[in-house]
Amino acid sequence: MSAQSYRQLVIDGLWNNNQAMVALLGLCPLLAVTNTAINGLGLGLATLLVLTLSNVTVSIIRNWVRPEVRLPVFVIVIASFVTAVELSMNAWFYELYKILGIFIPLIVTNCAIIGRAEAFASKNAISRSLVDGLAMGSGFTLALVTLGAMRELLGMGTLFSQANLMFGEAAGGLTISLGDDFKGMLLAILPPGAFLGLGFLIALKNLIDKRLSHSRKAATHQAAANTELATG
Amino acid sequence: MRFPLISSPHSERPNSVTQTMLWVILTLVPGSLAMTWYFGWGIPIHIALATLTAIASEGVVLKLRGRRMAPALNDLSAVVTALLFALAIPPLLPWWLTVLGTAFAIIVVKQLYGGIGYNPFNPAMAGYVLLLVSYPVEMTAWLPPEMLNHNPLDLEQTLAAIFGSTLPAGLSWDAITMATPLDQMRTQLDLNIMISEIRQSPLWGDFGGQGWEWVGNWFLLGGLVLLFKRIISWHIPLSMLGALLVFSMLFHFLDQEAYPFGLFHIFSGGTLLGAFFIATDPVTACTTKKGQLLFGASIGIITYVIRTWGGYPDAVAFAVLLMNMAAPTIDYYTQPRVFGHGERGND
Repeated sequence: MSAQSYRQLVIDGLWNNNQAMVALLGLCPLLAVTNTAINGLGLGLATLLVLTLSNVTVSIIRNWVRPEVRLPVFVIVIASFVTAVELSMNAWFYELYKILGIFIPLIVTNCAIIGRAEAFASKNAISRSLVDGLAMGSGFTLALVTLGAMRELLGMGTLFSQANLMFGEAAGGLTISLGDDFKGMLLAILPPGAFLGLGFLIALKNLIDKRLSHSRKAATHQAAANTELATG
Repeated sequence: MRFPLISSPHSERPNSVTQTMLWVILTLVPGSLAMTWYFGWGIPIHIALATLTAIASEGVVLKLRGRRMAPALNDLSAVVTALLFALAIPPLLPWWLTVLGTAFAIIVVKQLYGGIGYNPFNPAMAGYVLLLVSYPVEMTAWLPPEMLNHNPLDLEQTLAAIFGSTLPAGLSWDAITMATPLDQMRTQLDLNIMISEIRQSPLWGDFGGQGWEWVGNWFLLGGLVLLFKRIISWHIPLSMLGALLVFSMLFHFLDQEAYPFGLFHIFSGGTLLGAFFIATDPVTACTTKKGQLLFGASIGIITYVIRTWGGYPDAVAFAVLLMNMAAPTIDYYTQPRVFGHGERGND
């Protein structure tokens, strides 16, 4: 396996191999908690933290763990970090902790995390695993926040409501509202809204990819034509 | 002498999508006129609005998908969807909700799955359920039927109510709207009022609510024409109405004061419209005869269960969508035996 550049790792994590929108991993928390942007951000950051820490740890111990027992070991590593994150959120972000509820301990079962441990961290050096964990986690967080913002905007007509849960009282002013006349579409907040929203998000990503590859193809064609002109 | 030989089929029936859809539209006319008579100008306004939205959305999506527009727009299926949707919503619904529901029905439920013939769910009912779940207050504010309506709105006032949310001076929304008979029955039964007491109100006719049951009759008439023209088969309507009737009569005889008479369920809400026009949608219903019987009966039973114990007063739309989901599986298990192949593997 040829080593990818750090730049490529970051682009893969954020876009090309986005765990939520391309690999479609970790959909359970993705669909369940994204009814507001702040909830999405909270769970996204918790997942990012666990993913980075577990990637680094798995990479450190990769040469001592026998392949036969690697999966249980990965699960124990991930579970320890999730427990730590859960306890810290209980201590410092209690309100958010109550809203996210069962989905924080459920980060253990997020297949995106064990997927990265198995597919990347167990085969790569520590520094590369760290970058991969950060990039993949950020990509997942980005998808959670985008979906959460979409659903919150459609369903309640606000954006970043309850920002104070995460950033303290000073952030209460971050909340953007479309005004009281906006009648929220309740369906967007309910589970069907999550599925529809994710579907549209993936469609949008595919559309952008298609446009990009079209313009890239056009650019290479243009370049080829230019060289032909120059040589001919 | 030479006799021309003509191979079978010897008698043909109009079988194009356009003609089927045209017949569905024609047979919906009596019911639509009756609804206009009882509930006022809101009905034709919403029909026009929904039809325009449906055709526009269909055109836009077809263009985006790079398909030819003419065949898909000429088959009239978008018009049927719009018509069924408009007949299901309250007459004074704000205009943007009609536009939202119809556009969702055509764009997401029909075209994103591949257009006519590919959609797993009935578009009109999915659009209706989207609105019912998202905007319950607006979607349950019905008008009283013409004979009970003390403040009927004329055309201009109806337009102002739908497009501007403004009512004539001195009237409030609470004063001119009321719950549907199904809703009233359900609310009062929940308060432990006996049915004989509930039915003292002038709201009630012979079986269902005044006006409502007559609308049902006209839909029944249109449905019978469709049956007679062999555009739909009897399996789905009969099994759906039969199952609903059997179930409701069973509970009615257990406790006559707590469970309404069976015909109340037949002539209330969307039962007759649903049985003949919505559940029979050839794309989303079962195709095998045995499957159709099971499909219809399940819709009838689910409708009764949700109406009696569920969270919503009417349930035809939910029942149809739930069974749409089950239709492929039902079809899979009810495929008729191929002639010449034994059931016990002696083929």
